[in-house]
Amino acid sequence: MSETAETTAIVKEPKEPLFSSNNKRLLSDPLNDDNPITIQVLGICSALAITVQVKQAVVMSLSVLVVMIGANLIVSLLRNLIPSRVRIIVQLVIVAALVILVDQVLKAYMYDVSKQLSVFVGLIITNCIIMGRLEAFALANKPWPSFLDAVGNAAGYGWILIAVAVVRELFGSGKLYGFQVIPDAFYDFGYFNNGLMILPPMALITVGIIIWVQRSRNTKLIEEN
Amino acid sequence: MDVNKNSYTFTFSAILVIVVGASLAFVAEGLKPLQKENVRLEKMQNILASVKIEATPEEAGAKFEQYIVEQVMLDNDGNIVSPEGLNAFDIDVVKEFKTLAIEKRNYPLFVFEENGARKYIVPMAGNGLWGPIWGFVAFEGDMNTIYGATFDHKTETPGLGAEINQPFFQGKFIGKTIFDGSEYVSVEVVKGGADVEGKSHMVDGISGGTITSKGVGEMMERTLNVYVPYFKGNQKAAL
Repeated sequence: MSETAETTAIVKEPKEPLFSSNNKRLLSDPLNDDNPITIQVLGICSALAITVQVKQAVVMSLSVLVVMIGANLIVSLLRNLIPSRVRIIVQLVIVAALVILVDQVLKAYMYDVSKQLSVFVGLIITNCIIMGRLEAFALANKPWPSFLDAVGNAAGYGWILIAVAVVRELFGSGKLYGFQVIPDAFYDFGYFNNGLMILPPMALITVGIIIWVQRSRNTKLIEEN
Repeated sequence: MDVNKNSYTFTFSAILVIVVGASLAFVAEGLKPLQKENVRLEKMQNILASVKIEATPEEAGAKFEQYIVEQVMLDNDGNIVSPEGLNAFDIDVVKEFKTLAIEKRNYPLFVFEENGARKYIVPMAGNGLWGPIWGFVAFEGDMNTIYGATFDHKTETPGLGAEINQPFFQGKFIGKTIFDGSEYVSVEVVKGGADVEGKSHMVDGISGGTITSKGVGEMMERTLNVYVPYFKGNQKAAL
């Protein structure tokens, strides 16, 4: 079939090395210039919902990474076979199947982790970033660039998630990754955890601040007017 | 090949659905025994945790055998029953809470014994803010004082209601009593941050997790109510 021909073509093609500058951009762009959360404003829902604690943000980022790589690869391999009229449904089925697969395996072999993920597994299916990348990239590109695109975007999503979670857990509960980092002495002097940090609106504000900082430092992102 | 023909679209969709459905069904069936065993071991761990016995999943089975000396079932009036084909451990109180009418539910009780001292463990289920919550509350031999409690939840808000499964919250129940003299009063969970110092029937809830906290209180009040006749009977027998 055509896709096998193309995968071998990538290996044989001498002009495009595995980590050409184009391919490197696929990895690095989503981290900053084309970040899925702060620039494309996708996947905001989960960024708000599960950034109360760093641990959950990390687990969520890893799960999204796994699902995104799988979905991008599968869709990229099938890209010439998927009828365009039903492509969204096909993508949805693939993502949902992968997510359930991951969930089932976790439940059987890593029960503790699966309990922490609980509802978030369902959230992965609805994560706009995954559908966005499938639609915008994997459907039109070969498997290897699609794989890099998945890794880049999952990382871009993950670092924002973790950054927001660090701020919220540190100021909201005085902990990081579940360990107390603000010493008891501070509390004795009248320091208080900021309860507002734990509530969802604070995630929105934190993301907003990250966007602000990013835009003021990265001149490419500043609009003309 | 024209991938936009109707017939192709139908064929493609049909094959996709069959492949995905079959592989998911295959994986789910294949992993089911492992998953069920995980749930069983976790339940044993939770029961043991309510009496402060730590057990890893590997040793949960053996420790459960060793410490839990009796398992009984009560009906809604607090009488000991032994329905056909049912044993106390297999009763899923969360499921029964959701699906069975109150008078049809079964109420398991686990009796724990260490060095001749008995503790009585009551499983319970109720509603939090987003979904079911459940737990195990262990009583001292006097069937009045709480010896330990564990709670868990399915979908409560992380950092807020979900904290009911944390030791800082569960520890607040230890030493509280459910009888005031001979009258059943249960333990009330009050709005977070309240002053409950020295009040033996009140526990401070979680700030920001009020509805989940209230859910815990409601669950205890309703469930323990069923056990009151049994507890009172045994208290008299002990005197």
